[in-house]
Amino acid sequence: MNVHATPQMTAAEQALIDTYGQLFSDLPGDTAVVVRRDEAVEALKSGLPTRRVEAWHYTDLRRLLSTVPAFDPLARAKEQPALLSGATVLPVLSGTVTSMPQIEGVAIRRIFDRLSDGSLAAQLFDGDAADAIGAINTAFVGDGYALDIAEGAEIAKPIELQNLHEGGQTHVRFATHAGRNSRATIVERQTGTGEALVSAISHITVEDGAELTWIILQEQPDDATFLGQTNIEIGADAKFTLFFMNAGGKLVRQEVTVNVAGEGSEFILRGVNLLAGGTHCDVTMVLDHAAANTVSTEVIRNVVTDQAKGVFQGQIRVAREAQKTDAKMACNTLLLTDEGEFSAKPELEIFADDVACGHGATVTEIDQGHLFYLMARGIDEKTARGLLVRAFLAEVIEDLENEAMVEALEEKLTAWFATHG
Amino acid sequence: MLEIKNLHARVAETGTEIIRGLDLTVKAGEVAAIMGPNGSGKSTLSYVLAGRPDYEVTDGDILYDGQSILEMDPAERAAAGVFLAFQYPMEIPGVATMEFLKVAINSQRRARGDAELKIPDLLKKVKEAAGTLEMDMAMLKRPLNVGFSGGEKKRAEILQMMLLEPKLCVLDETDSGLDIDALKIVADGVNALRSPERAMVVITHYQRLLDYIVPDTVHVLSRGRVVKSGDKGLALELEKNGYAGVVGEAA
Repeated sequence: MNVHATPQMTAAEQALIDTYGQLFSDLPGDTAVVVRRDEAVEALKSGLPTRRVEAWHYTDLRRLLSTVPAFDPLARAKEQPALLSGATVLPVLSGTVTSMPQIEGVAIRRIFDRLSDGSLAAQLFDGDAADAIGAINTAFVGDGYALDIAEGAEIAKPIELQNLHEGGQTHVRFATHAGRNSRATIVERQTGTGEALVSAISHITVEDGAELTWIILQEQPDDATFLGQTNIEIGADAKFTLFFMNAGGKLVRQEVTVNVAGEGSEFILRGVNLLAGGTHCDVTMVLDHAAANTVSTEVIRNVVTDQAKGVFQGQIRVAREAQKTDAKMACNTLLLTDEGEFSAKPELEIFADDVACGHGATVTEIDQGHLFYLMARGIDEKTARGLLVRAFLAEVIEDLENEAMVEALEEKLTAWFATHG
Repeated sequence: MLEIKNLHARVAETGTEIIRGLDLTVKAGEVAAIMGPNGSGKSTLSYVLAGRPDYEVTDGDILYDGQSILEMDPAERAAAGVFLAFQYPMEIPGVATMEFLKVAINSQRRARGDAELKIPDLLKKVKEAAGTLEMDMAMLKRPLNVGFSGGEKKRAEILQMMLLEPKLCVLDETDSGLDIDALKIVADGVNALRSPERAMVVITHYQRLLDYIVPDTVHVLSRGRVVKSGDKGLALELEKNGYAGVVGEAA
């Protein structure tokens, strides 16, 4: 794989490999899983990706993830109140499932069990050298939840998956299968306290006619690294809405891989990146339109302050047979300081000849005329700037069309702005 | 209430001087009309009074209630009672008009040490003012000024003025973009605010507005200075003879 002399390993690479050596006998998994874990560690031995790997061009993982904290076997995070009252909370506390609530219409299993019986092996690292998140997670994943939503089930209450830590390392998975014509809303919370390396991977299958809304709220502490990956397969006449809000973390990479595989289906992505301090946040999406008559819209809004850096890579690929694809992608950034940075790299690869595809990226500052207008009505500068930042983001959040959810997320926005505005 | 003394102001970015030694005094209870040809500095004067950072004051002073306001930012001036009705109100997508009104009113109340207005009281006040101006409450659910017609924007400005109850009102070309019916409604709204404690500076290019908002004094601006002052008769004279005579006379 690497014809050049392998440079000396970084402390992080060495620690990951050594840790695997110490932990592997305690990790769950049948033979198939162990094979995948070993392959993942072999890949890590060739080094974490640098900017020479195209997918990591704006996020040199090898340089940015120079050290990793050790596992902390004594850490035991506490369950958090749900984002929406009435939600069923499924908590993974410091990497381990501690309770198994019942939800009518949803079969719930532990990832621990699905590793042990090998039924999850197919979702683990498959040798793709650029898939560093898959490799790290595959090496160490120990638990999480697997949800199977029954055909036709309409799950009224939101389900909240919580991945919480108190420092150290946690590597979890959320596998979700939404049966035909089912309806559900799932919230994924990623947060904790203390220096940490967190990886979380979800494989989501949305069967024909199903409608699933998935909300990722990432609020890692300032000294945590978060490596997230969401892999989605969408069936015919199905609808999948993914909303994410990144509001924390020192180093964040969030990968979204979508296969719009069934005719007549729809994919909606709405994302908000709130970037402050020295954070580096990279959202990388690869979206395949593989079937005819499918629609997708992706809108990412970023607010960048302090010396924060943001990245959005959005690749849309339209297969030859995916005629009448309608795909629109936009990435808009509001820079609040001269030191902040945002890089956007939209890409379209179109092999069908009858499609409507477009993308746009903008970077703006606060409009001084707007600011003056608000201040001329007696609104102090900080409040006025806050109103304008919220205005910039409101549209994206309001697209969720769920009033309680919109309110809850706007509260998160207010809290973030109170600290970083 | 307002004393402008030998004011010089320029565009911050280019250094172009627009206001060149302007003197003007407006007493409490007075309605002063500022007239003048295009480019005479009328709008700049309104922005400088409100504290727009795009303009720099290089000499002179603006005293409001005897105190200089030059060091105050726009929000502080507004909280002290200075209000500018914009010639071109900003469209601000994403900020709901009602939310904006609530934040503005309560920011000013807080700055003055008054208790915040509760939502039902606020709604009642807004409804009353909107009724006077014959505005549709549904408009206030939209984002601030977005998709408002020219006339609706001007009404929204006067609505804000009625709600914020300023002591010094500066109206910049409030008549532009208004048809005659709307002009009457807006003028009625402004006239209702005339009081012995309140001063108004009404900037206009045409005499027309002054038929409805009758001024106590009229001042003609040319090249950044007041070149002639008089009573409402001066406005009629300008209407008849144009600016050339007055401006030429002074120059």
